[in-house]
Amino acid sequence: MVILGHLELAKYPFLADAGQYLKECGFTLEQLGGDPDLQAVREKAFHRIQMAAEEGRVYRSDLSEVEVGEFALPREVFSFLLAIILLKLSGAHYLIRKFALQEARGAESFLEKDLGRAVTDTQIRLAAKIIWDLAGVEISKQDDHFVITTADYLRRAVQFHAKEWKLINRRVESGMVFLTPHETVRLIRQELVTYINSKISAAATPSMVPGLQEFVDRLVAMNSQFQPVAVASGEFPPCIKHAIKTLEDGENLSHSGRFMLATFLLGRGYTIEEIAPYFQNAPDYNKSITLYQLKHLSGKSGSGTRYQCQSCEKLRTLDLCYIIPECAGISNPTQFGAG
Amino acid sequence: MMKEPDAAFIRECLRRYYYENFGVIEIPDDMHHREFGYKKVDSGMIRHIQLKNKGELRLLLMQETPLDVYVSNARYTFPSLPMNEKMWQNADIIFDIDAKDLNLECRPSHTTSICGDCGREAVGHRCGSCGSGRISNASLPCDTCIKQSKLEVKKLLDILKEDLGVYQDIQIYFSGNEGFHVHVAGSQFEELKSRERSELSDYVMFRGIIPERLGMRKSGSSKTSLPTTSEGGWRGRFAREVFGSKKSTRTKKINEITSGGYGAFERLTSSLSGTIGVRIDPGVTMDIHRIFRMPGTVNGKSGLTKVTCLSIESFDPYREAVLMPKDISLVRVSCPVPFRLNGEMFGPYRNEYVQVPAYAAFYLVCKGLAHVVSS
Repeated sequence: MVILGHLELAKYPFLADAGQYLKECGFTLEQLGGDPDLQAVREKAFHRIQMAAEEGRVYRSDLSEVEVGEFALPREVFSFLLAIILLKLSGAHYLIRKFALQEARGAESFLEKDLGRAVTDTQIRLAAKIIWDLAGVEISKQDDHFVITTADYLRRAVQFHAKEWKLINRRVESGMVFLTPHETVRLIRQELVTYINSKISAAATPSMVPGLQEFVDRLVAMNSQFQPVAVASGEFPPCIKHAIKTLEDGENLSHSGRFMLATFLLGRGYTIEEIAPYFQNAPDYNKSITLYQLKHLSGKSGSGTRYQCQSCEKLRTLDLCYIIPECAGISNPTQFGAG
Repeated sequence: MMKEPDAAFIRECLRRYYYENFGVIEIPDDMHHREFGYKKVDSGMIRHIQLKNKGELRLLLMQETPLDVYVSNARYTFPSLPMNEKMWQNADIIFDIDAKDLNLECRPSHTTSICGDCGREAVGHRCGSCGSGRISNASLPCDTCIKQSKLEVKKLLDILKEDLGVYQDIQIYFSGNEGFHVHVAGSQFEELKSRERSELSDYVMFRGIIPERLGMRKSGSSKTSLPTTSEGGWRGRFAREVFGSKKSTRTKKINEITSGGYGAFERLTSSLSGTIGVRIDPGVTMDIHRIFRMPGTVNGKSGLTKVTCLSIESFDPYREAVLMPKDISLVRVSCPVPFRLNGEMFGPYRNEYVQVPAYAAFYLVCKGLAHVVSS
């Protein structure tokens, strides 16, 4: 049986059983909240959330693979567990989503490195166990690649639109698909986010501990700043709502889907600055590229052509249509709810 | 709608067939989880039927004498409920290879037009004899059709085994008319839904490959990145098709192929899907709610049986799938295309009265080329 060590838990703290872990380390929630020696952990927990929410950045642990002090590893786990406690106490749903997404990104980076370095049997089994725990996918190593069953591959790859994810563009032998560490991690990205989200959702909301009140108040204030753009999405047609939800969940939205969303919002009079935040959860989000592309679509750069949202008919062929009775009589999403 | 003397003849043949050949029917062990359906000579499709045991199937065949009998590849918790309430569990993977989809050059030579009113051979859109506009086409597949279909089956088997790791539980059936059904049961794929199955179709059809997978990049390619004939999977198949097996010609071929650049390479790969890809009907493979002709039952388009092919190489459908009665029947036939059944050649017939075995009469009547003469 493969057991995760302190280093693995520090990198993938969401795999730890929170209550059990604290108990094993001899800590209580009250201590985490009030012990002056643990102030650094509280600050770190808050910082983890703040980075994810305010900066949309992946939390980088100060773990050095070379130097891992006695307390460095538990501190990583504590700060993650405490961050969840703070989020639960604050009830800040927006922050929870952002936190889960960025923590998943951080874990992705560790996981890719761990897979890349897995050479010995123990390392490979450990990496395989982490993938199994996170996504329920069995992987093994063959040559320099990780292999998974074709069925497991297909279940996940059909969510991707890029051609390189088509099965025909993969090395397939004896029912197994060969993947690089990067591809393996990319394939289970959504499951990683879902796993962390489910961990947070399943965590019980503890009673308030005095030392945490200040942090919770700050999170509540932060959450109110980040409420989604003040748009009544009820006015939006289902295709647009679906695209927004896809991005909010940190899933990949196809190029056509992004084009649809951007041109729809432009057509409804949104400014580029108002539209850009919709894309910030996209797995490959880059603010400057997004702004550049939005400028291009709006006709403010490039050829000067202002692009229009695709027709309903076109969206149907692109698998982007989620028609509902209220769509009757419209031929373009921009007409939804008009008149 | 079939005329009554013909319908009576067909029903009687079917009654005898199912009475004498019930043992030929392959009944799935989990039949109570499958959806059954059937068509009668004079009715449309009746489906959403659950049959719990052999006895219920036998009763249905005897009472209804269906022209076509179908069973789902899917297993459901409640097979008899409407589709969205059945509770889909899983489904065998099925590949359909049909000669009519292979665009074979031989097809026009064995396709005939027939008048639905007077039963005579017709040319164009109107019958030259009675002036009727009810013209239909009938194809009597030839040996080339079967040979080419077999080639597709063999290509598919290679991919299933080498690439997809399916070695057992592959059943090959002659469809009873113009092609083959390849069933894969109990594999890692049985729980896959339509989108995933569509990807499997694209894979076996060699559709959607990007040049990069074959070592060609927009910035060009090197000889080492292009596939070699000894490689497995599609890279190897591509190399064997395009570069050939001679090492001496490889460099020349590579230069020819890559000199046109990325776009030309892309066009080459697209064009190859019709040759190295398996020409299946992708709509069939991706459909997880379809009902398929049941092995061992009669194909209502021909009267031939959907039978297992133990050896695809030596399988002769026009002998091994002929299980209908042999008694002699009198029919009036217009069939300019000669055909072979059970080792005997029939036709061509020019609107003439002939006595033929019941299996040949059934074949001709089902294709609309003959009418039974009442005794």
